[in-house]
Amino acid sequence: MPVSHVPPAVRRGVRDATPVAVGIVPFGLVTGVASVEAGLSPAQAVGFSVLAFAGASQLAVVDLLGRNAALAVAVLTGVVINLRLLMFSASIAPYFRPFGSRRKTLSSYLLTDQAYALAVSWYREADPDSTARFRYFVAAGGSLWVVWQASLVAGVVAGANVPASWGLEFAVPLVFLGLLVPAVSTRPTLAAAVVGGGVAVAGDVVVVGGSTGLPYNLSLVVGAVAGILAGVAVSASSDGTEGDDGEPGTPEGVSD
Amino acid sequence: MPTDYGPVAIWGVAAVVGLATFAVRGSFVYLFGRIETVPPRVTRALRFVPPAVFAALVVPSLVVVDGSADLVPVAVSASASEGVSVAVGNERLLAGLVAAGAAWVTEDVFATIAAGMLTLWFLRFVV
Repeated sequence: MPVSHVPPAVRRGVRDATPVAVGIVPFGLVTGVASVEAGLSPAQAVGFSVLAFAGASQLAVVDLLGRNAALAVAVLTGVVINLRLLMFSASIAPYFRPFGSRRKTLSSYLLTDQAYALAVSWYREADPDSTARFRYFVAAGGSLWVVWQASLVAGVVAGANVPASWGLEFAVPLVFLGLLVPAVSTRPTLAAAVVGGGVAVAGDVVVVGGSTGLPYNLSLVVGAVAGILAGVAVSASSDGTEGDDGEPGTPEGVSD
Repeated sequence: MPTDYGPVAIWGVAAVVGLATFAVRGSFVYLFGRIETVPPRVTRALRFVPPAVFAALVVPSLVVVDGSADLVPVAVSASASEGVSVAVGNERLLAGLVAAGAAWVTEDVFATIAAGMLTLWFLRFVV
């Protein structure tokens, strides 16, 4: 199909998504490598990626599987990381309201932080009709999907061929660090990070019944819950002074 | 360090995480009309999911070494006879701090990975 026959909303969606897609390549590579190192077969790595299509939570889950964490902890962690998508679902739902159920299903599957951010800003700017909204979303979200899966496959292939002494598994915390630092922008988010990290460390070094660390890798979940509560507490005590309680729509530094 | 779980467990985790994630994504898209918005208190709590979870993932992997916390990235010692000497302490923590600096300046995941891995390799293979 010649480029001129491609609907403008599709062209615009692909074009807007391109720089964002380039940015998720290293993240996909690391997730692919980590999947192999965790002992997943290539089919399992790709299958998981297609089923969940959720970068940060995929990476966390394969990392936990590699450490033989309890399955419930792995699942819970993966789901908790994705709970933030509730905000994006609620925020974008009015734009998707006229869609039929097949369009709703496909759009929901492709809903990531980046696709949300791109789409809502274009919807506000261009005020497109329902069909153009759908086309733009599938073009932008679909581009991100293709690039994510391709970079994950490249990581799966590379992961099987890189010597262990390179310590590639260290790239896993580095990815989360790259997501963490921009997510800490206010006092409440700093409190959430400090308490979350501190409690998780405490949970890993505490001696329980003669063995070190909380069982089932629970330190991660306990740390995360403590961090969320700390953020809520600090934000309640400094209400109105931080300016971070605006509408859900600025996914700062959160990647997916 | 490969997992001890078999294919059934792995596929099961993938299916459950996939289904739950789809449900989260689709929740308001399907329910709109019955529930219009997320309650503000829930939205506020959700804002703290990323910093809390990412910190809980990152910090232990940088500071916990063999079951205890090693908080010394660089060991500095001074003595009258040998002067001041500097040695690498916890190499992961040191590399992580460099990577955090890169993340702070660039807000870019690729730059963060590059800074951290290059520091780790420098400490391992050169120092």
